[in-house]
Order: sequence, then structure tokens, then C-alpha cells
Amino acid sequence: MTAPTTTAPAKAAPRPEEHGDPFDRDVLPTPPGATGALLRSLLTPLKARVALTALLLLLQQAAVQASPLLVAYAIDEAVPAFAADDHGPLIAVAVGYLLCASLAGALQYAFIVAAARVNQDVLLDLRGRIFRHAQALSIDFHERYTSGRLISRSTTDVESLRELLDEGLQELVMFILSTVYICVLLLWLDLGLGAVAVASFGPLYLLMRAYRRRAGRVYRLRSTAIAAVIVKFVETMNGIRPVRAFRREAVNDADFAVLNKRHERTNGDALLEMARYVVGSRTVANTAVALIVLWGAHRVAGDTLALGVLAAAVLYLRRLYDPIDRLAMFLNSYQSAAASLEKIAGLLAQTPSVPEPASPRELPVLRSEHPGREVVFDGVRFAYRTGGEVLPTFDLTLPTGQTVAVVGSTGAGKSTLAKLLARFYDPTDGRVLLDGVDLRELPIAELRRGVVMVTQEAFLFSGTVAENIAIGRPDATREDIERAAKAIGAHEFISALPEGYDTDVRKRGGRISAGQRQLVAFARALLADPAVLILDEATSSLDIPGERAVQRAMATVLQGRTAVVIAHRLSTVEIADRVLVMEHGRIVEDGTPAELITGTGRFADLHRAWRDSLA
Amino acid sequence: MSTATDTPRQRSAVRSLLRLWPYVRPVRARLFTAAFVAILASCTGLVIPLVLKWMVDGPVADRDRSGVWLGALFVLLLGLGEAVLFGLRRWLVARPLSHVEAEMRAGLYGHLQRLPIAFHDRWASGQLLSRATTDLMLVRMFLAFPLTFLLVNGVTIVVGVIIMLIQDWTLGLVILGPAVPVIVMCVLFEKRYAEVSRRAQDQVGDLTTVVEESVLGIRIIKGFGRHRSQARAFRELSWKLRGTELRKAQLLAVIWAVIVTLPEIAVGAALVVGCVQVADGQLSAGTLVAFLSTALALRWSVESIGFLLAISQEAATATERYFEVMDEERESADRAAPDTPVEGADGLRFHGVTFRYPDAPPDSPPVLHGIDLHIRPGESLALVGATGSGKTTLTALVPRLHEVTSGRITLDGEDIMAMSREELRAKVAVAFEEPTLFSASVGENVLMGAADSAGRAELDRALAVAQADFAHALPQGTDTQVGEQGLSLSGGQRQRLALARAVVGRPRFLVLDDPLSALDVHTEAAVEAALREVLAETTALIVAHRPSTVLLADRVALLSGGRIAAIGTHHELLRTNAEYAHLMSGADEEVQR
Repeated sequence: MTAPTTTAPAKAAPRPEEHGDPFDRDVLPTPPGATGALLRSLLTPLKARVALTALLLLLQQAAVQASPLLVAYAIDEAVPAFAADDHGPLIAVAVGYLLCASLAGALQYAFIVAAARVNQDVLLDLRGRIFRHAQALSIDFHERYTSGRLISRSTTDVESLRELLDEGLQELVMFILSTVYICVLLLWLDLGLGAVAVASFGPLYLLMRAYRRRAGRVYRLRSTAIAAVIVKFVETMNGIRPVRAFRREAVNDADFAVLNKRHERTNGDALLEMARYVVGSRTVANTAVALIVLWGAHRVAGDTLALGVLAAAVLYLRRLYDPIDRLAMFLNSYQSAAASLEKIAGLLAQTPSVPEPASPRELPVLRSEHPGREVVFDGVRFAYRTGGEVLPTFDLTLPTGQTVAVVGSTGAGKSTLAKLLARFYDPTDGRVLLDGVDLRELPIAELRRGVVMVTQEAFLFSGTVAENIAIGRPDATREDIERAAKAIGAHEFISALPEGYDTDVRKRGGRISAGQRQLVAFARALLADPAVLILDEATSSLDIPGERAVQRAMATVLQGRTAVVIAHRLSTVEIADRVLVMEHGRIVEDGTPAELITGTGRFADLHRAWRDSLA
Repeated sequence: MSTATDTPRQRSAVRSLLRLWPYVRPVRARLFTAAFVAILASCTGLVIPLVLKWMVDGPVADRDRSGVWLGALFVLLLGLGEAVLFGLRRWLVARPLSHVEAEMRAGLYGHLQRLPIAFHDRWASGQLLSRATTDLMLVRMFLAFPLTFLLVNGVTIVVGVIIMLIQDWTLGLVILGPAVPVIVMCVLFEKRYAEVSRRAQDQVGDLTTVVEESVLGIRIIKGFGRHRSQARAFRELSWKLRGTELRKAQLLAVIWAVIVTLPEIAVGAALVVGCVQVADGQLSAGTLVAFLSTALALRWSVESIGFLLAISQEAATATERYFEVMDEERESADRAAPDTPVEGADGLRFHGVTFRYPDAPPDSPPVLHGIDLHIRPGESLALVGATGSGKTTLTALVPRLHEVTSGRITLDGEDIMAMSREELRAKVAVAFEEPTLFSASVGENVLMGAADSAGRAELDRALAVAQADFAHALPQGTDTQVGEQGLSLSGGQRQRLALARAVVGRPRFLVLDDPLSALDVHTEAAVEAALREVLAETTALIVAHRPSTVLLADRVALLSGGRIAAIGTHHELLRTNAEYAHLMSGADEEVQR
């Protein structure tokens, strides 16, 4: 998406090579009919209220459309009657008009409120669905579908549906209702004049269809264009420091200008399509009015039509064709919402590659007072979908309570091993067992309680420090939180923050260094109290005393727990019962630290190198 | 959570919207023409009833068939004219308004890139994003419809009322009856709606923040199985938003009801009075028909005012939110360089540097206090200190990511405040602890650190120094796309690329913030060996946590309590400074004594 493409992304042929998958172009396959099904499933639970809203609108239109009839009646009947001193009909007109006007107003109020409730509930449902679904999708998905796109799905795309519901749908229903009402009334007033009005909808329909087709294409392009703008925007704001340090501002401005221009162009195209439509529809409508006036006036002159009927017909025509422009606005929001809904449906159609089990099994009750559990990798092999094999088939058993350090160079497959154990990925072949239960059969909530992973990227959420630690266990008390922070050596710096544990990490004075963030992440993990703890280079930003403090804490915390510690600093290894050395996806050495250090293998080399560095 | 609402300045909607003028100015000719065309089109619609009146009272009453033809022809011509004019209006504004939106967005983006880092520390990017997207779309919509149509409708209503008054002033006055109560209601409505719509927009921003964080922090959420509580937070916010939106709808419903009912009652009254006059022979039937068609033709103009005001109000709020960010001061302008004698190679010097975050309370202790440091040309100095002691902050001062509060930093004797940032940042290369790669190829990411002329040779050398030769083995070699849009690399891989980026331009000054933290021991040793050569000819400041990194440097400075507590070689400090020994070995201080 960095290079501007002028071809329609939707039509681009999928590239066969490794990175030419749909993720690159922001067009996830949407199963046919998924968009419609999504819309239906959103509206079905609200059926009753949708019906009520429709009824209110039906009545409201009836009240509104009665007034020209009253005009016709007044001119043709009440005026002669009044002249003949019969005041009854005119009083009836007055009462009728007052009634219609008040009803129209009251019903309008009721309708807007009812419609807003329906709309807001649909949006609430949809926002929630996208959010929950995005959260349920696997890490694998998140690594390929960029955060910017995901964000634009739940912001701009939902926003365009909101526009459709708020303005468009109401317009559409109102348009249909008023059209039907008016056509029926016109036909009733005068069959001939009514027929001309009805006939005019033939060409109008054709115009609308043509517009829909053309605008649909433009809107899809526009939605892709704005997503690209968002991706660039988010990336820049999140990487603002390197942007500054490497003087990327001007280059970024230029890149952004290209994306922004593309959006500007598609946006302009969309508006121009609309202009064309307006000219066409207005021409048809106004020609029909002229025809009806011509014919009607002829007949009034020939005494075959009452003047009041012609007056009413003209008044109705005005109302008949007035909403046609607004119908285009509906088509507008419909097009953009349809494009957005299609993308949302595409996202929702992605199945988590790490799904909830169909028939979940429970973990066996802990046999001892120790919280740890046994982990078995049984004939596990892992390869990316695209084919690159990361871990060739291997077997590995981590007994209950063992702390295992995994070392090896970057890219040796340590993190993949950890991610398999945390079930961020599922193995390509074989199974990963926790106390004899395949991870795939465990309910995900139970799995996450049992297995916790701390990674080196220590992201903090907005909120207070305490809240960030409590992510580990939401029901934890303040004492629990402080205990965890103390155990890990984070209490001191947290207390020194302006508001201590209640400091908002994004507010003034809440600046927290990378090392401190890792401490928070550790406290979080400690608080979670898992059976299996995975630390993936979780101490990389700590200074040595910090790391030591963490290790001391770990030595007690890990007591009885099963732990996998991935580290490139060998100091961590000292707390391990066992060391695995990995290389090119294979476990090449396996033994206690003492055995390996005194041996002649790679670990002994590594250890020597590390010792030297401490000199 | 919402940083946006710190000080909601109360401005009137009109004053907020007036601030859009500089952006609208370039397209003003088109916009005014379009408004004029729209007024013309609208008035064309008002002439049609007059033609009808002429037909009813003239040819129809006189049974004059050719007159009827003439009248109908007029109606057709007016109708076609109206169609073309309305189309013309849209055609006139389509491109210019998209352009205004794009310009405002580019302006925001450019401005954000140049705001102080401290600003970005405070603002969640979700709040910024919602300004760049939703808010600007609202502004465009405002310029396209309400702005024009409030004017057009106003003129149409005035012209319509005048036509009606000329035809029959008593009926005209009856129609004007509800004008005052409608205006009063609109004013009341505008005020309340402003508050609610501001609240709704801020809540959208907060919701965006939650969405964004839950995407960025997905590994943590998944790792702790916290998607439920995250979903709960999301649900709470979206419920709040729903409540606000419903309140908005209610206000809108009231104003709609008023706007629909009152004028309609007036039309009804006019009808009755008119009928009486026609019956008494004071008024022609044609005039009554024309009068009523004019009144009803004005219906849309009056009714739409409610929704036009609502959009205007939202646009005003959006504009306010937009300028809230645009009004933030950029990094201070670069001072013109005074002609200070440049003393040749002098290295990097800190002279009594004190730093306090600009948004910190003025009575809080500064993060850095009276820092004096001299890194000689070609020398590298390691900076050591406990977690949170301000090391990263100190390094951020050199490329002026933050500005010193007092004191000076000089590069080869030249004050960094006297250089343009552009020049300064070209001289100083930085590798951050959190290595960020941009959506570009590996090669482009690395070459960002070099002059434009740098090519293959420089790239290969930098990759070799950083031991990032894995880049050649990627699917498309150094052309492989990485970052948000591309292949995801491991932390260690990213860090090595970031290091390559720092050294690729052979900078005079190098600032490395714990550049090897994510590397395994083997790679680290190899990188160190290669880095030594680079460091031999560079003046470098290196934040270090580990002895191995410290050993890259010629000397070490210990940062403690915001001050430089000790300076010397690694071995000197190990012997003489207990805090340093503690930091470097992790052993208890007693043991070292």
C-alpha cells in the first residue's frame, strides 16, 4: 500500500507468490451473501421495534400527505358552501388541518426517537461484534492484518453504517411511503394524471440503477483509500520518535499526500456521480410536472377536471419529486455503507485459526498443593501456512514444577515454541498437552488462566498503573497488586510517581521507562498466578539489579510452577532446572545448567562468552 | 482517559466555523458561485407557482388552449433550468470540497509530525485519528450542505414570503405567524445540541482509543485471557455513547416536531382565511392556489433547517476539536545560527543541563539536574544508571526530541539550539530501544539514516555492522516489505535493523539507547566486534545495562538521581563506586566492598 496503485484493488488478480495474499491489499474474501446476512442478523433481534418504527412512519406520512387533499376539498367544496353560508365544510377543513399538523409533529417526534433507538442498538451490536471478533482472532491473524485496518473497520466503516441508518434508511422508507401514498392519492384524484406520475418512475428507476452501479465502484475505492490514509496516520503517530530523529517529516508528508490525494480523488468522483444523477432525476421529474400541468390545465379549461383537483395534484407532485435528491443521498450512504459492511463481513467471516473447542475438556484437578502442571509436546511440527518450516517434528516433556530455560540465537524458533505452548498458534502436526489434555480441547478462558506469557514488548493500556497490573487478575485487591509489585521490585518507582498506583500512565508525569514497563508486565504475570508461566525475553530492558530482583522473586514464585524462560542473557539460566539449546528449530542440547556448562557443547561456549563479558 | 476535554473552551458555533475560512479561501470563488447557483435554482422553483396562477386565472379561466400550451412550456423550461442549476451546483463544489478536506487532513498530519514529543506522550493516537477522519468528514459535509443551504433556504424563504405578501398581505402575515417561536426554539436547541454533540464526539474518540489499544496490546490481552474485561470496557464506553446519541436524537426529535407542526398549522390557517376571502370574492382562486403552492414549496426550506443546524453544530464541534490540536504550539522555530566561532572538533558537551518535562508542575524536581559531560571527538561514553534514572531522557535531548530546560548542549562547540533541527538530526543518528520499522522495504528502512545519495554499498556495510545479514535471506531480500504492512520480524531482528539505520550514514555523532538488549549473546558479541570499528571514528553516547555493552565505550558515566554521580573507565568505577558495581554485577553492595 506504500506505492500508489491506480488499478482497482478489488479486481487485482491475486499474486501467487508468498506475500501476495489478500491481506496485502485489504480485500479479505467476503463469502457471497455474507453482507446481507450480517445486516439481517443485526436487525432480526429488533424486529418488533423495527415494525413499531415503520408503523409510526406510516402514520406520520398519512398525516402529512392529507393536507393537499384538504386543500382540494376546501377549494372545490368548502368555498362554494361558504359562499352559500354553509360554514360546516370550512370548519371541518380547519379542524382537519389542525389535527393533521399536530399528529404529523407528534408522530415525527415518536418516530425519530424510536428510530434512533433501533439504530443505536444495531451499531452497539455491530461495534461489539467487530471488537469481540477481532479479539478472538489469533495472533497469527493480527500479525498479518495490520492494526490500522482493524481500527478503520471499527471506526470509519461503522461510521458509514451509522450514516446510512441515521439519515439514509429513514429517507428511503419515507421516500417509499410517500411515493406510494401520493401515487395512490393521485390515481384516486384523477386516473389519467396519476398514471403520468406513476409512469415517470420508469426512467427514474433506470437512472437510479445506473447511478448505483457506477457509484458502487467509486465507493469501494474510496473506502480502501481512506483505510490506507488511516494506516499511514497511525504508523506515524505511533513511531513519532524515530520519525523525528530520522527527519522523516518531509518524506512522510509526501507519502501521506499521495494517499490523501487518492482519497481526495475518489471522494470527488463520488460527489460528481451524485451531481450527474441529480441532473437526470430532476429533469425527469420536472418534465413530468410540466406534462401534468399541460394536460390538467387543458382539462380544467375543457371543464373535465375540477380546479381544486389540479391544485392538489400540483401540490402532490412537488412532494412526490422533492425527496428524489435525498434518495440519492440514501444511495450515497447505502453505497458507502455497503462497501464498509462488505469489509466488516469479510473480517467477521475470518475464523479464528485457534478456535474454541467444540467439546471442551476440563483440566484434571491438581494432584499436589503445587500449582504447576506437566507440559508435553507430542510429535509437534510447525510450519507457516505459506510453507516455511519453523520447527521440524519434535517431542518434549516438561515435568510439573520444572523451570526450563530456552536459549539459542535469534530466529532459532524459541518464540515459536513458546507461542505454541501459549496456544497463540496451533501446531501443524502433533499435539501440545497440558496435564494430558490437548490445548485445543481446553476452553480458551481456562487455558489463559493456566498458561500466561510475558513478552518483551510491555504495552501499557490507558488507565492507572494499578489497573495495568490488575490485568493479570481483575478481581485482585489493592494489597494483592502492591504485593505483586513489591515482589518484583516495582513498588519503589510506582510509589514515586505523582499519584502512586493511581497515576494515569498517559497523563502528566506518568512517563514510564521501558524497563519500568517490563516490571509492570512482570507484576501483572505474578498476579495472574498461572500453572505455567512463559517468559519470552521478558527482562531485556531491565538493568542488572532489576533483573536480579526479578530473578529472586521468580525463584520463589516459580516454586512448584512449570516455567519456560526464553532469554538471551545467561544469568537467567541460573534459576533454571534445565536448559534447552535451540538451533534452526531443533533442540540441540538438553540438560541441567551444570551439565551443559561443564560440557563441550554450544552452551558451554555461550556461557564462557557471557562470563567473559561480565569481567 | 480523554485528554481532549481538559479545557473545553466555550466558543459559539459560528466563531468556531469561521476558523475554517483560511482553508475555504482558495476555493471561495467556486463555493460562492455554487451558492449563487443554488439560490437561483431555488428561486426558479418559486416562480413555477406564479406561472400556475397566471394559467389558472388567465388561459384556463378564458378557455384559451394556446395559452395553456405557453404556460406549460414555461413550467417545463423552468423545471429544466432548475435541474441543470442544481447539478451545476454539485459539480462546482465536488472537487474543491474534497480538496479542502484533504488539505485540512494533510495540515493536521504535518502539524502532528512537528508537535513536541511531549504532546504525543499525552495524546492517545485514537483521539488524533478520530480528528483526522470523522471530524474532517463532518466539516466537508458542512461545507457541502448546511453552509450553502442555510443561506439558500434563508433567501428562498425571504423571497417566498415576499411573493406571498405581495399576493395577499393578510395571508402572508398569517404564514409568518410561527416564525418567532420557531426561531426561539432553534436558538435554544442549538445550545443544548452543541453540548451533547461535543460529548458524543469525545466519547467516539475514547472508544477509538480502546479499539486501538486492544489491537496494539493484543498479545497481552490474549496472554492473560483478558479479552472479556477488555470487551467489558469497550461495552461500557459504547453504552455511554449510545446514551449520548439517544439524547441527541431526542433533542433532534423535539426540534423536528416544532418545525413540522407550527408552519403546517400556519398553512392551514392561511387556507381557511383564503377560502373565506375567495368565497367573499376578495381573492381569485388562482391566487389562492399559487399562494398555497408557494407556501408548500417553502416547506422543505423550513423543515430542513433543523437538520442543517444539527450538522452545523456537529461541524462546529468537529472544527473545535480539529483546532484544539492545530493550536498546539509546534516545536519552537529554529533560531538563526549566530556566527559563533566553531572550535573545530570538540565532541559532544553538556553544559549544566537541567531538564524538566514541560508539562510537569514547576515545583517538581527536575528529571535531570546540572548535567556536565564532555565526550571527546571519536570517544564513546557509556551511560549507566538504574531503571528510570533518566538515561533515555538524556539521550532524547541530543537530537532535541525534548528541549533542555536550562543549560546548553554543544556539538563541536556549536550550540544545538543554534542549529536547525534538520541540520542537527542529520549530524546525530539515534537507535531507540524500541526499534520501530516503517511500512517500507528493509533497505528503505535502513537507508533512512543516510543521505539520499547512499546506495547498495552503504546498505550492505550497515547490515554487516549490525549483523543483520538475515535481511538478504528474506523472501525478497532487502526489498522485502516490513512494518505495519509487511513481514513481521522478531524483536532482535528489528533491533539490528534499527542499529543498521543508525550507523548507515556514518554520522559524526551517534546516540544508542540500549541497542543490543534484544540480542542473544552470540549475535551481541558479533555486533559489538563490528560496532567497535564504527565507534572508533564516531563520537558516541551509549545507554547501557550490561557490562558487555559498557565495554564498547571508552569511558562510563553513572547517572543517579538526575545527576552525573561518577565518571571513569568501567574498571575504575567497578572498584571505586559501590552503586556502579551494584548495577553492573547485581551483587549486593557489601560484597563489592
